[in-house]
Amino acid sequence: MTVLYWLPEIEDWRGRLRALGNNPEAAWEQAVGLANSRLDFIRTNALDQTLLKIVGDTPPKSLGTKPIRLALLGSSTMAHLHPAIRVAGLRRGLWISIYENDYGQYWQELTDPSSALHEFKPDVVLFALDPHHLAAGVGAALDKTEAEHAFEEVRDRIRECWRLAREAFHCPVIHQAPLPLHPTVLGNNEHRLPGSRQALITRLNHALRALAEEDAVDLLALDARAAIDGLKAWHDPALWHRAKQEISPAAAPMYGELLVRLLAAKQGRSAKCLVLDLDNTVWGGVVGDDGLEGLVLGQGSALGEAFVAFQEYARELSRRGVILAVCSKNDEANAVEPFEKHPEMVLKRHDVASFVANWNDKASNLRAIAEELNIGIDSLVFVDDNPFERTLVRRELPMVAVPEVGDDPATFAQTLADAGYFEALTVTEEDRARGQQYQGNRQRERLKASTTDLDSYLRSLEMELIWRRFDKVGLQRTVQLINKTNQFNLTTRRYTEEDVLAIMENSRAFGLQLRLLDRFGDNGIIAIVIGKMNGAEDLVIDTWLMSCRVLGRQVEATTLNLIAETAKRLGARRLIGEYLPTKKNGMVKDHYAKLGFTVVDSREDSGSRAVLELPTFAPAATFITVTEA
Amino acid sequence: MSEAEIYAGLQEIFRDVFLSDDIELRPELSAKDVPGWDSFKQIDIILAVEEKYRIKLNTRELDSLQNVGDLVRVIAAKTGG
Repeated sequence: MTVLYWLPEIEDWRGRLRALGNNPEAAWEQAVGLANSRLDFIRTNALDQTLLKIVGDTPPKSLGTKPIRLALLGSSTMAHLHPAIRVAGLRRGLWISIYENDYGQYWQELTDPSSALHEFKPDVVLFALDPHHLAAGVGAALDKTEAEHAFEEVRDRIRECWRLAREAFHCPVIHQAPLPLHPTVLGNNEHRLPGSRQALITRLNHALRALAEEDAVDLLALDARAAIDGLKAWHDPALWHRAKQEISPAAAPMYGELLVRLLAAKQGRSAKCLVLDLDNTVWGGVVGDDGLEGLVLGQGSALGEAFVAFQEYARELSRRGVILAVCSKNDEANAVEPFEKHPEMVLKRHDVASFVANWNDKASNLRAIAEELNIGIDSLVFVDDNPFERTLVRRELPMVAVPEVGDDPATFAQTLADAGYFEALTVTEEDRARGQQYQGNRQRERLKASTTDLDSYLRSLEMELIWRRFDKVGLQRTVQLINKTNQFNLTTRRYTEEDVLAIMENSRAFGLQLRLLDRFGDNGIIAIVIGKMNGAEDLVIDTWLMSCRVLGRQVEATTLNLIAETAKRLGARRLIGEYLPTKKNGMVKDHYAKLGFTVVDSREDSGSRAVLELPTFAPAATFITVTEA
Repeated sequence: MSEAEIYAGLQEIFRDVFLSDDIELRPELSAKDVPGWDSFKQIDIILAVEEKYRIKLNTRELDSLQNVGDLVRVIAAKTGG
């Protein structure tokens, strides 16, 4: 099954599609809503074609994300997958332009600088070499040495493709794992036949994991997905013979999902926080009515074990960096009790970064959770067994992901996994420590409440700002922050790994990553600054972004001191700060004025420029110690 | 299932595939009569039919389809109509 079953069915789909209208901006907004419903491939194609007719080939002005130029380099037909890729982008507010090589010509276009591919200038490349193409020349007649040679040849050709793409386009590369679609010749022990095509593809897919790691390529794991859905849901031999489609059009919506999750994760747009309802979602029963003893949870019943399994999955997510929150209609004391006293609870109170249990409506509570955690409301995923609550939240907060989890806890974990909200490309140390960071935040809040004036509070935090230049170790975290920070972000310029590497090599620019420690722990990398010399005397602050978690702690002034010092070393006499307004960064509108810059150019729509003369700049005194790592 | 019912169901599929409310299905309608009805759209139609009627058309049956009437006959035969 390749149905997008976690998305809700939508009423009057045809009517709403026809009502998209002629205004590109409004139609795009409406279409995002339609894309977030359970579309099969026919509806996916219909939505895509309708929207293309209205919007044309330029992204809507209101697009809050960086448009993506995706090159599909394949050996078989992929045209039938374009609509599903674009619609999966639409679902996330991403604009994707697609280029596909002429049939079978991926190698020629890659190596020819005058090809249409080079003219297209992709900013991400997907290689989709089909299994028939890869296994050409391999067969049961080969002996062990010949088969080994064939395997190495295929493997090296793939790596050469990656290298060529990197060299030509300096952009991320994704490789599609081929489907193991050849019928077996030997059977269970297919791997014992040296020239088996099926075994070659399986072995290649195994090898690709390690190779992709070495070459920093991301995988589109169709093989793993087909193992879940069944190969027959993904590939139809009759369609291969008819149209050279490796992927069946019926699986296109799921294909688009898988691919675009990777693209969205690269832009830092995966969800960050799993918000759980409690009664009949985390445990069986209603704690307020049934009491602690009456809950169905743990060994002894199938239902109780299913809830435990779901809690374990939530804890697994949390251990790799997903924030957990609770949003429940309950008296708080009742809601907390199982976390503290029920022996079968896997999740403990300290696993939950934001715990909201009251009788307000859930939409308001979800807003409060996002605010408390200082994350965008669009980075929440809300799991609730109650269809009424799900519908209410979707209507009030369409940007919150609310999966159709049904009412059987046995399926909750797989549903979340299938929906792919939390797609991540790596796990950084920051991710692992995130739970503890939010713990520390609560302790800080408590100290703040018990300290009367701000200065003594800040002093008592014993803060240390540790800075270092951009480096390869911190690269992933740097790119993640650049692409996901929306609120405290002066310019909202989005950069890829390759862009950041270019800044590291530029001697007239600097990139700084700042870490904040205090007596309650390590807050992790909390700010990024990129400065670029313009002319002999001006240092332009190209990017200045900061995590909202550390607002109000003098980090801004301390960072400015650091910028000024670093700029002087490059010979700068003036700092130029820019503010480019977006829907989300209103909080930093007066950032530079507050820090003592002179605003020289200010317009309502296009933002402002501000100047700071360095020779007369006196660094502000703060309670933060600054150290170079 | 009666032929009339099959025509009504197919009509819906065709309107979604070709994004047009004007398509009126008749037995002799074929690819050359409908703008955009190429081999890929043909596959979309067949897959939608297979899903809707929970049947599977084999390669010989697909190759023998000349027009809408042929398709309706295959569906009727496979659904016991």
